[in-house]
Amino acid sequence: MINHSLKELSQMLAKKEVSSVEMAQTFLERIQKYNPQINAYITVDADKTLTQARAADAVIAAGNASALTGVPIAQKDIFCASGWKTTCGSKMLENFIAPYDAHVIAQFDAAGAVNLGKTNMDEFAMGSSNETSYFGGVKNPWDLERVPGGSSGGSAAAVAARLCPAATGTDTGGSIRQPASLCGFTGLKPTYGLVSRYGMIAFASSLDQAGPMAKSAEDCAMMMNVMAGFDERDSTSLNHPKQDYTSELNKPLAGLKVGLPKEYFAEGLDADVAKVVDAAIAEYKKLGAEFVDISLPNASLSIPVYYVLAPAEASSNLSRYDGVRYGHRTAEYDDLMDMYMKTRAEGFGAEVKRRILIGTYVLSAGYYDAYYLKAQQIRHLIADDFKAAFKQCDIIMGPTVPSTAFKTGEKSGNPVEMYLQDIYTIATNLAGLPGMSIPAGFSHGLPVGLQIIGNYFDEARMLNVGHAYQQATDWHTQMPEGIE
Amino acid sequence: MALNIPDIKRIAHLARIEIDDAEAAQTLDKLSGILSLIEEMQAVDTAGITPMSHSQDVVQRLRDDVVTKDNQRDVFQQNAPAVDSGLYLVPKVIE
Amino acid sequence: MEWEVVIGLETHVQLQTKTKIFTGASTAYGAEPNTQACDVSIALPGVLPVLNKEAVACAVKFGLAVDAEIAPRSVFARKNYFYPDLPKGYQISQFELPVVGKGEITIQVPETKKQAAYEKVVGITRAHLEEDAGKSVHGAVDGMSGIDLNRAGTPLLEIVTEPDMRSAAEAVTYAKKLHELVQWIGICDGNMQEGSFRCDVNVSVRPKGTQALGTRREIKNLNSFKFMQQAIAYETQWQIETIEDGGTIEQATILFNPDTGETRAMRSKEEANDYRYFPDPDLLPLEVTEEDKARIQAEMPELPEAMKARFESEYALSAYDAAAITTSRAVADYFVETVNAGGDAKLAANWVMGGISAKLNAEDKIITDSPIEAKALALLLKRIADNTISNNAAKNVFEEMWLGNADVDSIIEAKGLKQVSDTGAIEAMVDEVLAANPKMIEEYKAGKEKAFNALVGQTMKASKGKANPAQVNAILKEKLS
Repeated sequence: MINHSLKELSQMLAKKEVSSVEMAQTFLERIQKYNPQINAYITVDADKTLTQARAADAVIAAGNASALTGVPIAQKDIFCASGWKTTCGSKMLENFIAPYDAHVIAQFDAAGAVNLGKTNMDEFAMGSSNETSYFGGVKNPWDLERVPGGSSGGSAAAVAARLCPAATGTDTGGSIRQPASLCGFTGLKPTYGLVSRYGMIAFASSLDQAGPMAKSAEDCAMMMNVMAGFDERDSTSLNHPKQDYTSELNKPLAGLKVGLPKEYFAEGLDADVAKVVDAAIAEYKKLGAEFVDISLPNASLSIPVYYVLAPAEASSNLSRYDGVRYGHRTAEYDDLMDMYMKTRAEGFGAEVKRRILIGTYVLSAGYYDAYYLKAQQIRHLIADDFKAAFKQCDIIMGPTVPSTAFKTGEKSGNPVEMYLQDIYTIATNLAGLPGMSIPAGFSHGLPVGLQIIGNYFDEARMLNVGHAYQQATDWHTQMPEGIE
Repeated sequence: MALNIPDIKRIAHLARIEIDDAEAAQTLDKLSGILSLIEEMQAVDTAGITPMSHSQDVVQRLRDDVVTKDNQRDVFQQNAPAVDSGLYLVPKVIE
Repeated sequence: MEWEVVIGLETHVQLQTKTKIFTGASTAYGAEPNTQACDVSIALPGVLPVLNKEAVACAVKFGLAVDAEIAPRSVFARKNYFYPDLPKGYQISQFELPVVGKGEITIQVPETKKQAAYEKVVGITRAHLEEDAGKSVHGAVDGMSGIDLNRAGTPLLEIVTEPDMRSAAEAVTYAKKLHELVQWIGICDGNMQEGSFRCDVNVSVRPKGTQALGTRREIKNLNSFKFMQQAIAYETQWQIETIEDGGTIEQATILFNPDTGETRAMRSKEEANDYRYFPDPDLLPLEVTEEDKARIQAEMPELPEAMKARFESEYALSAYDAAAITTSRAVADYFVETVNAGGDAKLAANWVMGGISAKLNAEDKIITDSPIEAKALALLLKRIADNTISNNAAKNVFEEMWLGNADVDSIIEAKGLKQVSDTGAIEAMVDEVLAANPKMIEEYKAGKEKAFNALVGQTMKASKGKANPAQVNAILKEKLS
């Protein structure tokens, strides 16, 4: 059961080969067995999960099931889920019980899916290794000495170790795609505004976007059918017509024009990773895709731009954690100022503090134009690069990450080196474009992802491109050794 | 635009994060690294480029002026560190 | 040295919407603490703002009323600072691109012993939408403050003037005019006790005749015109004395203490603020199209200046009366209703500004509290116009109406105030009076006008005050000629 696709699980439930309760229990048992080792979940609540599963079974019995009814899904602990502890990986929210449902959570509830638990993550989604979580790092199931990537590292490890059939993630600079690449599965960051951010704890509001993390493109398509949709509670939610993301999965790829940005294959890309990506490109040629060379001349500026804009927005977004209305408050303080200073010093971890400080600095008097405004201008140039590129091609391909999973502690002392993990993923966040990573092979036993970037709202085509590859290859079905 | 320890302390105070001297020194080191990364931007000529705040050219949607939220004080205040008579308690505010 | 005071105002006008600017929580005043503090109001993790349509309409109305530029696109920005009544740690406001740009308001500064009344144009720099903060409540628990976030997120329009005012009187006149205007166009209830209209006053002084502005100090949160007058007077004097004593003025935010009549610097604002404004990524640009403007314009009531001009031309009111009637929307509405119900316009103006105004002042009431409805007043005026009663008799009827009796005709009947307008009856009375007063006739014919008046008086007396004085006059003149 643990290797089945969402479609297969759905069919098993429909045929009553297994109940939703049994399915949830299977995964809960796996979590109980492997989570102490992998630390993919922050919160597991079997009672809540099984209550939902029982309700799903009743819906199935009544013949009212839809595609994901009764299927257990792990939720990144960035989504507020009513009655669930929602920590965002931070001591600040260690005891925060969300009093409401995020749009994404409500959509899965309405679809009858079962919440399997809240997955570990870098604190406030700031990180590329999951090492910044207050609740401890997550292990990469392919090599427990290595990181799973981040910030959606818990969801990534859970999908890779089959501690859930699928999970949700969020991606501000690569937080779905980079762990998908490092843990060997499929992850999609949709067009900005396609999935409502309501109830998703903000890191950098203009870049944050939720998306599916699952074994295959087909699974991601089924999840997108649930997650995407207009929500009037999010002013940046786009009123794009509802569509069925599974409808184009089987379209032939003949004639598909794929752009290869030369900047994504330049210095800094690990040679073994490059080989895997090249092999994937060769496979796509067999499937009928045509390749053109393109250029994204400003792509190299993505990281500097991102490390101005994201921390600036974050510094402001995280001001609400002041120990007044919820969350951590320091035990002893002299006065109001002391309470603020200690509460925030204790409640936030080192990386979050660093980003708050960078953000505060770039917005402070006298620096705004040189940093923030400049970054927004270059952001425009980066978006224009893509606009020009998509006149030449339908889809852009390249590596997701320059290398494979690194060892725990290897980069945690050097933030700048860590930030380079997202060098190929950040530009799409800046432009608001959809990006996806699919498993494309291995380098020294570690998974390598292929990144697929689409034009705005072109998720169905991207999923089609991913699915066609996954029909022709079996990289996405591989499972780490040592985890049965 | 090189940073120094007093800058770090000033920024930390603006952000309301207590920071001791040892931390300030470490932070200075890391922040300086990040800032030099950011400095790459300054080489780009951006004269006349419109700053981009949002990826789509859309305008703000407006909400009808209708009450949709009811009183959930008791639920919300279960998460509060200190309350009294429905008020959130904080150390005395001096105007 | 002679000094000149330079004053600019920033007024926070609470907009009359049902819900908050970025969420559907009620803005009703006076609820139990935090019962109107919804998820967005308390800034729970993950919540997002959505802009209230009505708040935007209010801002546009104001812009149209002061003939200002309305920005086709304006931007919401975050103003970052920590304060317990500011749940997000930032206030959503407008910074670089406000919804309302430059406009102007003409004020009529009343006469004083030293100076005649005069008109002045006060420049409006801008007006922008923003959210209000919550409130700190002190004293409930020892050493602690309580935070009530019911008010957090209430829509405000902050209206900023140029530093155009040169006296406390000008500042207060502007503030009163603005206070009346925002109520007139229906965007604010004007309740100053409840904080719906709060003024921050920037005061600086400079040697008269110089151009450079002095360092200003900002008096925060004045919620009465009387306090504003006192605060500016005190602050102006303080600044002049400080400079004359060799001191310098430091830019500061200050509070006015009505009990002592003094101003003092706020302790919490001592630290130099660095608000780190940047466009709020949770909100998109606010668009106001020409169609939006036209639609909102159509909903706007006639503005006081236009109404005043119309009253002068349409009803032949004096400029003074027309201005007096249009100082308040409620008074103007009452007047118009009276006229529409058939009351003569000039009479209506006289009565509204005379009898009704006097009564209201005596009882410390406003026109909407008047026990006499406009329709009832119109009926009374009709009875004057159609000669049923005299003006004097009308005053008698008015007194009765003020007590709550609206039936004008019954009062006239019951009091026997009906005027005699029957020419035959009056002639008979005049004849009797003339027969009884031959001496007066002689005096009149000898050129003594007083004698004529005495004859009129005798006739009125004979009629027990009911004869139509105009007719009495006419008949007497005829008979004596």
